[in-house]
Amino acid sequence: MYVAVKGGERAIDNAHAWLAEERRGDTDIPELSVAQIREQMSLAVNRVMAEGSLYDPHLAALAIKQARGDLIEAIFLIRAYRTTLPRFGGSNPIETQNMQCDRRVSATFKDAPGGQILGPTFDYTHRLLDFKLAADGEAADAPTAAPSQAPTPHIMSFLDREQLIQTEPTGEAVPDDLTRTPLELPASRALRLQSLTRGDEGFILGMAYSTQRGYARNHAFVAELRIGAVAVEMDIPELGFAIEIGEITVTECETVNQFQGSKTQPPQFTRGYGLVFGMTERKAISMALVDRALRWKELGEDNLGAPAQDEEFVLYHSDNIQATGFLEHIKLPHYVDFQSELELIRKLRREAQDNISREAAE
Amino acid sequence: MNMMSDPNAKRKDWLSLLAKSPAAKLSKLWTDLSIEPVHTVLRSPEIGGVMVRGRAGAVGAAFNLGEMTVTRASVKLSDGTVGHGYVQGRDKGHALHAALVDALMQTKMAAAIDTALLAPLRDGLKQGATDRAAKAAATKVDFFTMVRGED
Repeated sequence: MYVAVKGGERAIDNAHAWLAEERRGDTDIPELSVAQIREQMSLAVNRVMAEGSLYDPHLAALAIKQARGDLIEAIFLIRAYRTTLPRFGGSNPIETQNMQCDRRVSATFKDAPGGQILGPTFDYTHRLLDFKLAADGEAADAPTAAPSQAPTPHIMSFLDREQLIQTEPTGEAVPDDLTRTPLELPASRALRLQSLTRGDEGFILGMAYSTQRGYARNHAFVAELRIGAVAVEMDIPELGFAIEIGEITVTECETVNQFQGSKTQPPQFTRGYGLVFGMTERKAISMALVDRALRWKELGEDNLGAPAQDEEFVLYHSDNIQATGFLEHIKLPHYVDFQSELELIRKLRREAQDNISREAAE
Repeated sequence: MNMMSDPNAKRKDWLSLLAKSPAAKLSKLWTDLSIEPVHTVLRSPEIGGVMVRGRAGAVGAAFNLGEMTVTRASVKLSDGTVGHGYVQGRDKGHALHAALVDALMQTKMAAAIDTALLAPLRDGLKQGATDRAAKAAATKVDFFTMVRGED
């Protein structure tokens, strides 16, 4: 039962004023600019863009500032803003083989054409706190070398040529869209991938880890992980042809997984796929593992009852905005609900007490 | 479609360049041109979203990756030439400048605009990409095998 309640306005206004003051912190310390967050907290910005499902680094940085660094709150702000935007259309699928790679590694082929390019990675750092950064954040210019002119083909295309890897089926030109129609099960792979790419990093990571530990075990090799800029092209109706409307940085992970073969297919490798806005490799690898686990049905594998194989469990619990909305609403006033619970328990106790008294008297 | 046979290739090229260039740089180059072409605004700058798509396994069925912000505007010059701007981000001036440049590039001012405005933008994007590619190249792994000298 819902009843109108009045009276919190002054308290709410004052709470929000204090929130603004706390957000600013000690005024003896210089205020952070949105541009500083965008440039120096770029991996947080990338996460907010990926899970907010809107590529706009400046807006994501603003959301992080407004949310005091609470990334789920920032994602919430971006999701809310996103709904106010008129949809101009859908892009042509991005061509990741044309990516200008900042990073490109393969765990399967040492001598992959195009080479192993580490890029600006945390890998091989010692994970020791660098106290120099506390005093002085200036960095020397990074070394350079002659840029490679050679193309960087997808490593999977080599396995494809030998038919050692399962081919990817083509689908609808206009894929199902979670933001337009509610998620229904069974979900198409397009819907699963959309759901995973905007899903909570921690949740997707946990699900992926569970497959590595043996829940729907599916030993995955990272055939390729690449991060870099790709152009986004869209058909413009008033022009009658497609133009590039921008350039985005994405992380792509392709895994190659063991597959024993089935009644109808000879043994062949299978694939998992991760593609995420920004430099977000933990998320992209996780996405590829969970994508692979969810494909058990189409690949004719057994349902082992593992959480990562259960698309209802995975897809309905991966969205941190849905989750936090429902979770956090229970702290808001439920006075009337609880009043009825209270009366019920008092009544039950009274009846129980009466029964005991009656039995004692008899 | 290759560049030789596509009649829209040049226009596609400059529109793509305008979309990807930084708004501030385009604004400065436009100001430096010191021209004020008479025009009407057919479509005021409008901020919206475009759903970016990817492909499952990079080669398979399309799926929706997420949206990006885009601003668009359209103008008409006094001679009737129409220009469209579709640019990344939410800068309304950026979209208007792009639409004006698109219109002027269809007039006899094209060569002058290309030299004074598009060329520096093209160089800027190319330089940025080359700088990153050079840093990436420096992080390329050169494997070598340890000779164990067992013979």
